[in-house]
Amino acid sequence: MAANGIIYGINKNMITVEFSGDIRQNEVAHVILGDQRLKSEVVRISGNLADLQVFEDTKGLRSGDKVEFSGELLTVQLGPGLLGQLFDGLQNPLHKLAEHYGQFLKRGKTVEALPAEQLWQFSPVVESGAMVRAGDSLGTVPEALFEHRIMVPFGMEGNYEVVEIAAAAEYRVDDKIAVIKDGRGKLWPLRMNFFWPIRKPVNIYQERLSPVEPLITQIRIIDTMFPVAKGGTFCIPGPFGAGKTVLQQLTSRNAQVDIVIIAACGERAGEVVETIRQFPQITDPLTGRSLMERTIIVGNTSSMPVAARESSVYTAVSMGEYYRQMGLDVLLLADSTSRWAQAMRERSGRLEEIPGEEAFPAYLESIIASFYERAGLVRLRDGHVGSVTIGGTVSPAGGNFDEPVTQATLKVVGAFHGLSRERSDARHYPAIDPLTSWSRYQSFIGSEQREMIIKLLSRANEIEQMMKVVGEEGTSNADFIIYLKGLFFDSVFLQQNGFDPVDGVTSKERQLHIFALLEKIITSFYPFNNKDEARAFFQKLRLLFLNLNGAAWGTAEFTRHEEDLVRLLNKSSQSVDDESGIPARQAFMEQNMDSTFTRAKNTRTVKDGLPLHHDDYRGEDAGDLQ
Amino acid sequence: MMIIEGKMRAIYNKIWRVSGNVIMVQAEGVGYGELAMISAPGVSTLAEVIKIEKDRIFLQVFGGSSGISTGSEIRFLGHGLRVAFSENLLGRIFNGIGESRDKGPEFTDNLIEISSEPVNPARRVIPHRMIHTGIPMIDLFNSLVESQKISIFTTAGEPYNALLARVALQAKVDIILLGGMGVRFDDYLFLKNALEEGGALAKSILFIHTAADPVAECLMVPDLCLTVAERFALEGKKVLVLLTDMTNFCDALKEIAISMEQVPANRGYPGDLYSQLAARYEKAVDFEEAGSVTILSVTTMPGNDVTHPVPDNTGYITEGQYYLNNGRIEPFGSLSRLKQLVNKDSREDHRAIMDCLVHLYADYQETMEKKAMGFRMSAWDNKLLDYGAAFERELLDLTVNIPLSAALDRSWQILAACFKPEETGLHSELLAKFWPRDNEKSKADQDRA
Repeated sequence: MAANGIIYGINKNMITVEFSGDIRQNEVAHVILGDQRLKSEVVRISGNLADLQVFEDTKGLRSGDKVEFSGELLTVQLGPGLLGQLFDGLQNPLHKLAEHYGQFLKRGKTVEALPAEQLWQFSPVVESGAMVRAGDSLGTVPEALFEHRIMVPFGMEGNYEVVEIAAAAEYRVDDKIAVIKDGRGKLWPLRMNFFWPIRKPVNIYQERLSPVEPLITQIRIIDTMFPVAKGGTFCIPGPFGAGKTVLQQLTSRNAQVDIVIIAACGERAGEVVETIRQFPQITDPLTGRSLMERTIIVGNTSSMPVAARESSVYTAVSMGEYYRQMGLDVLLLADSTSRWAQAMRERSGRLEEIPGEEAFPAYLESIIASFYERAGLVRLRDGHVGSVTIGGTVSPAGGNFDEPVTQATLKVVGAFHGLSRERSDARHYPAIDPLTSWSRYQSFIGSEQREMIIKLLSRANEIEQMMKVVGEEGTSNADFIIYLKGLFFDSVFLQQNGFDPVDGVTSKERQLHIFALLEKIITSFYPFNNKDEARAFFQKLRLLFLNLNGAAWGTAEFTRHEEDLVRLLNKSSQSVDDESGIPARQAFMEQNMDSTFTRAKNTRTVKDGLPLHHDDYRGEDAGDLQ
Repeated sequence: MMIIEGKMRAIYNKIWRVSGNVIMVQAEGVGYGELAMISAPGVSTLAEVIKIEKDRIFLQVFGGSSGISTGSEIRFLGHGLRVAFSENLLGRIFNGIGESRDKGPEFTDNLIEISSEPVNPARRVIPHRMIHTGIPMIDLFNSLVESQKISIFTTAGEPYNALLARVALQAKVDIILLGGMGVRFDDYLFLKNALEEGGALAKSILFIHTAADPVAECLMVPDLCLTVAERFALEGKKVLVLLTDMTNFCDALKEIAISMEQVPANRGYPGDLYSQLAARYEKAVDFEEAGSVTILSVTTMPGNDVTHPVPDNTGYITEGQYYLNNGRIEPFGSLSRLKQLVNKDSREDHRAIMDCLVHLYADYQETMEKKAMGFRMSAWDNKLLDYGAAFERELLDLTVNIPLSAALDRSWQILAACFKPEETGLHSELLAKFWPRDNEKSKADQDRA
């Protein structure tokens, strides 16, 4: 029997309720204000008083107003029809809300997440008498590109026998498609949708695997230098204006995965708008379908209620886990996890909890860790493999990475793409700093090559710093050429114009191809007489390479530009491929590029090919641990 | 007991606590966010309910708590702060709580409550119209876009109000809302006169809280401006909202939070500073089939420190910022996040030349550092020095007032006067199309001479 209560106190979006009966932690309750029902969640209980965070504006509430408890936890609805939608943090479809209530988000108005009237062509895959468990398929419906599995609800414990299964036909999400019987003979009717508590990870799988396969984002600096693995985690901290959101947008557009879920958490509404207006018009080259068909957006933007911001990342990840259970690769992009952490801070402050660093609650770290732990590559019980990859941006206060949210995140992610103000000020996009970023995942280029590039960049940076003190005239020609090489590699490979349709999207094949070309340029010897000659050569080479970057892959134009480039290169360089070059090349690697800037820790982990992400060691029994 | 608007409302006269600008009174049936009028001999001020604990009501007193007695009368009004909305507001000047400052009539009809409902993101459209200002550092490098929210990051003493006034006068918008928070009285007069002399006062509405007014009154200025702006936008008008200076607004928030004994997050500011600012800035919107609200605010950075909580949180919310430093808009750090949405359609060379100029200017600054340390200048360094000087003189200077296309042409001339085409790093196709021919180049040189 659900409990009732009345409001005792109000402090912004936190209310204290005097209740009678039994209530649960994190249970949903509704505040009754005239004909409005304001959704809220229990966050603390003490005696006969409970603190509830209200997911709406609390203006006009009075002490003594009625509160009804529901007995249920906060859930998401899972079923066909999620793809292509734009939800708020509580899974209300915003397009539907706009149809019903107009320009503004009215208080207390909600709509079911899944389209209730839409018909889905159901094809059963089990027969009466079959034994099933939670997560097993009963049938499929086509949704966008995928065979959407209609599964036994994840929360059902034990084994069941299928008593009744619907014939192949069209059904609505709420139609009954099966009846199953538990061990005691109790019958359970099943529909094409069910509810799942958002704060609970879905862990019905055979085993959790080590994330080894690269997830191709088509962003060169990420794929080649600081890769992300399917089922892995990564974070993008950066000061404001450094391009976090643009990077996330590019990733959501170009990443080669099945489904992308964007959790726009406490960020600008304008960014969500760009996505929802542009994606339907963009065709995914891999599938030939609109990008929106593989995308779900959870948009709880910064002016929407703060409490719903806190829950929005869980809403997003729960939907991701649902599609993972169908053997799909899901990429969840959370922008920004700092806003989510701030929502926790606001709540914690109103609960008058003892504050930790920068007033964040003391449990911040464990909450961030358990959120990223919901990523993973898993083998399902039917042998298929599915994954959820989580990438979160972090917006550190003052751009200082020493703050609690960044630090707590760095502890638990497998790749770190640190954006720097210096690079973005110089318009070097993406502004991922190659000298501070790292990744524990395997790239598709060899670890030796990665190591060489990192050494080159560190050394070039050192020379640059040194030149500021001793000047160009105090720098040897050999050092100066290394500096120019570093600068060159940075400007033609690491920097990428995300707004250019060709340069902005670099396939794996193309990356491998141009990287080989660059490797040749970098390891070549150039017998220049003076620095101006060297600079002029690299400026010219850069121009040719930028032309190459602007030419579409596999076209005659591309070949022509490549030939121009190779011609110039051969004219000015002594290749190190001939015999006399081998000792020279070694000397180059060992002496000139030996940087005092220590990268040993990161390059070593890359070389061993063993991701050091702590959860990966759990391996097979990860599922049981949770 | 007295009757207001048909409702029985009790008058309370027992104040239990006065602390800072927050008072506590025992009362019943009071709604959260409701306004109250506090009257005592010689004192009459509005207050807003900011916390309820059973029958203990905490009120934030706009006029300040000085002079309030434990026996003052408190009358709850049954509604939040409201503003009269009509065309009659145009050309008028009000104070921080919406009372007339210009001796004009007070309005009591068509009152609307301060709006707190967020716009449904599904009903927003992608901004796509540029607002031309005639300032190359804005138009060329960081275009201002209709429905953008952007802040001028600056320090005390910089001519930020002059910049605001110039944008207000040169931008083609239907209505201007100017919100002043803690502005000095002579700044207020300056802004008012600038609008008046530029002939823009008739399409402007001013809500001005001066430094002499009670601090808490400035808290309502952004809400008043944005509520009115939103209404005009819904009627199809292009509205530009100017807010100066948001740091004073944040400081007022801090003061109330401390009085309420809230746990401070950073440097005394409340943990919800981000949400508070976002609730205001997110009012910038381009409505489908209606008008738009564009917000240009001023954020003064204490000690020119961009990591201070106010500019820091603002930077994460606004769609870019203009750094106003030493009387000019800095090319580095300044950013309009929406410029990509408009500079692709302005002219094909816009983006490329913008990036190129900034790249080279960054190189110039490095050369300047080297020069300052006494190093020998290479041939390349000398080219950069020429370029830097030309760039600062002909584009960076805030007095330059030319339309965008002229600024683009001028950029090519500067490049041609200083560099060879391949030294610019620009794409060959653009160079073929836009690089000035020799005769034009020498003509440009003469012009400049």
